Amino acid sequence: MNCKKVILELTSFRIDLEQHLARCSDCRVVVDTTRKTIQIFCNSEPVPLPEDVRKRLHTALLERFRRNSKTT
Amino acid sequence: MARALNFGCRPRAQILEPTSQHPLEQNSWPRLYHLQIGSSSRSNFIPLYVHPPLAYRPTPVSIGSPRKKGIIPDSPFSCNRVSLAENLLHPGGTLEHPIEELVNRYERKIFRLGMNITQNREDAEDVMQDAFLKSYQNLDRFQGDSRFYTWLVRIAVNEALMKLRKRRPNQVSLDEPLTQAEDPVFREIEDWGPSPEQRFAQTELNEILTQVIGDLDPIFRVVFTLRDVEGISTDETAHILGISVAAVKSRLLRARLKLRQKLNKYFRRSESQ
Repeated sequence: MNCKKVILELTSFRIDLEQHLARCSDCRVVVDTTRKTIQIFCNSEPVPLPEDVRKRLHTALLERFRRNSKTT
Repeated sequence: MARALNFGCRPRAQILEPTSQHPLEQNSWPRLYHLQIGSSSRSNFIPLYVHPPLAYRPTPVSIGSPRKKGIIPDSPFSCNRVSLAENLLHPGGTLEHPIEELVNRYERKIFRLGMNITQNREDAEDVMQDAFLKSYQNLDRFQGDSRFYTWLVRIAVNEALMKLRKRRPNQVSLDEPLTQAEDPVFREIEDWGPSPEQRFAQTELNEILTQVIGDLDPIFRVVFTLRDVEGISTDETAHILGISVAAVKSRLLRARLKLRQKLNKYFRRSESQ
């Protein structure tokens, strides 16, 4: 989201939404845990690439590149 | 910015000379240049290690006579797409595998993307391989109006979706309407505490995340992966998947809530207390 979008969102900013969250603990928990769900997935390190998969990838790419560059 | 050395051919790619170099390193090899793909300021720069043979080559690296083709070489680096490919790919070539740099940088992320969508290791491997190959082969179609990684992701997602459809043709339809029957929002309301993920070792956490995202329907899994994990915009996600922006938003909301619900059993505060 860029600055312009944020400003545009302000026009539809719902005060009542914040007021509801302030007094409703259930909704606060849902919002908080949903935010954490996204953060946990975003912060998760990509699984290390198994070495055999990596080797196969590099070998296959080099092979196919060479073949393609010969036929180009 | 240093002088750009254009290839003088269709791919909008150019080699940029080093912007600054310590006087003592000016004559050292290999010398680090950058391959810029696309003309936008946001385009990606791929490190390119150039060895002396190419730099000292007196004539342009092009096929045929440059004069006959109307190409006036502006530097010894001028070359066409074919010779670029040869230089990049020949093991003894003058450029030291910049494609390898590209692969090294993104392979884990593309593999994770493939795993998240296909939930199958062999398919993820194929997806990764095809995505790198196709992105390289179609460099000239890259317009430079998006990040190179976004472009690579788009190719990988298309490959992954094809795998998914082939594997489960009757189960995977990205444009099917959502049933409104279930309401995943308020089934379980339990607090997790400040950093619930720290209760698990990294490998254990990875297993949990893989499992819960794998349990999601593909139509939710794909949208969540693109929007929240890869950070692709809503518009771009809609474009990649061929669905409306409203559908992306609706599926993203449901995907987030479903994942939250599935993670509840691991992260709820009562588990640790």
